[in-house]
Amino acid sequence: MLSIKNLNKTYHTEEGDEVVALSDITLYVADKEFVCFIGPSGCGKTTLLRIIAGLEEPDSGTLTVNNEPITGPGPNRGMVFQEYSLFPWRTVLKNITFSLELKKIPKSEREKIARDFLKLVGLLEFADSYPHELSGGMKQRVAIARAMVNDPDVLLMDEPFGAVDAQTRNRLQHELLNIWEKKKKTVLFITHSVDEAVFLADKVVVFTARPGRIKEVFSIDLPRPRERTSFEANAVREHLLATLGAEIQAAID
Amino acid sequence: MKGQTLEITSVAFAIIIWEIIARIINRKIILPSFLEVVTAFLELVSGDELYKDILTSLNFFVIGMGAAIAVGIPLGIMMGWFKTIDKAVDPIIEMIRPIPPLAWIPFAILWFGLTQYAAGFLIFMGAVFPILVNTYTGFRNTPKVLVESGKVLGCIKNRDLIFRIALPAALPSIATGVRVGMGVGWMCVVAAEMFGVRTEMFGLNTYGIGWKIWHWYALHHMDMVLTYMVILGFIAFVIDRLFRYIVQEWWLKWQAGTVV
Repeated sequence: MLSIKNLNKTYHTEEGDEVVALSDITLYVADKEFVCFIGPSGCGKTTLLRIIAGLEEPDSGTLTVNNEPITGPGPNRGMVFQEYSLFPWRTVLKNITFSLELKKIPKSEREKIARDFLKLVGLLEFADSYPHELSGGMKQRVAIARAMVNDPDVLLMDEPFGAVDAQTRNRLQHELLNIWEKKKKTVLFITHSVDEAVFLADKVVVFTARPGRIKEVFSIDLPRPRERTSFEANAVREHLLATLGAEIQAAID
Repeated sequence: MKGQTLEITSVAFAIIIWEIIARIINRKIILPSFLEVVTAFLELVSGDELYKDILTSLNFFVIGMGAAIAVGIPLGIMMGWFKTIDKAVDPIIEMIRPIPPLAWIPFAILWFGLTQYAAGFLIFMGAVFPILVNTYTGFRNTPKVLVESGKVLGCIKNRDLIFRIALPAALPSIATGVRVGMGVGWMCVVAAEMFGVRTEMFGLNTYGIGWKIWHWYALHHMDMVLTYMVILGFIAFVIDRLFRYIVQEWWLKWQAGTVV
């Protein structure tokens, strides 16, 4: 279980101003839960995800995964970034074996594991391609495989499908759910898209405009696989849009 | 094919113009004609002087470039990765860097004598800064997302981050640095040899392409001077192409476009 208690984070700009990014965040995420973070731009959701990843430190508050405090990046958390983050000098296969190399797993074994994950994301025939030969959607699928191969408990995803076109995005959402159902990981997923959140999440966390607070934690109990345009999905969407709308207005003001 | 025809025509045209102008001037010491240079070249190739000259110059070049790479890349890495080292070393480098390498000739001779190491030192002074600066820049420009990806995948130690992420990310920049450094280094070979720096490879006689330019100039054999100039350019061209090929095929096969 992931537990965040009274977490605060303030940035200090070079001019000496203080920007409160996160204020008093308390959140519990059960194992194998799919949670979407949604909120206006600059509300601190990425900061929260980076703190959970161990890439940044909070000013105060406690943060644990399976009752272990987070002090830095660790193998129990994997991350998929918004930008394309594959190592361009490594082939697809070697990108995926990266973390296994660090663990000193023998070559034949780590390549076998990597191929299994490549199969999972449907890119086995691209094992020996270089990242620049892949489309945006394919790059993100490899990035997911690369994060999963480390077998983390929590998968952190920072708007991973933000840069791909709508059709690809729908397909990637399907694939992600497939993987999630097979591998049963806890997923924290940042998105700007209410549609995406409604399709993916067990639980949606809505953030306020800066300073980032949690405004609402909304459970979506719709059965899976979900119908994007069902009556129930539309009702959830309407509710989230209304909650979010007020915040986006506040962010603009 | 069409492009090639154009290239050949263009070169042929330039040679014809050269030949005509040389004949109009008709003074070998001002401008030897193309045919005279070809004759001089053929004469040179049939003897055993030329290969000794080339080997001598390459010997200097390899010493200087070897030292420049051995110092420039590690120092660039350290400065690019560790901010404190950067702050400590950078002012010193910025004091030395603007000095043109040829200004070191007096000290090179006093410190090393007229040996291959004096030439090596001069080439080193010319080549080390482009290599250093480009390595540094390459490290500084390592995309943050790649470093962070590495960290979340368990690559935490500085050593791992440097060798597994920053160094490969910086390779295109380092390759550019070495390439620029080789250009400056080759220039310094000529300068060093003009001051009579020599190796003992071939006994007591002095060899070297740069040396021969000076030597034949003193004898007013401008056709030989021009021949050696062409050889100088040709070798630089071959080295550059070879380097580019090696880098492209082995180091940077992963790149989408051609960078160096």
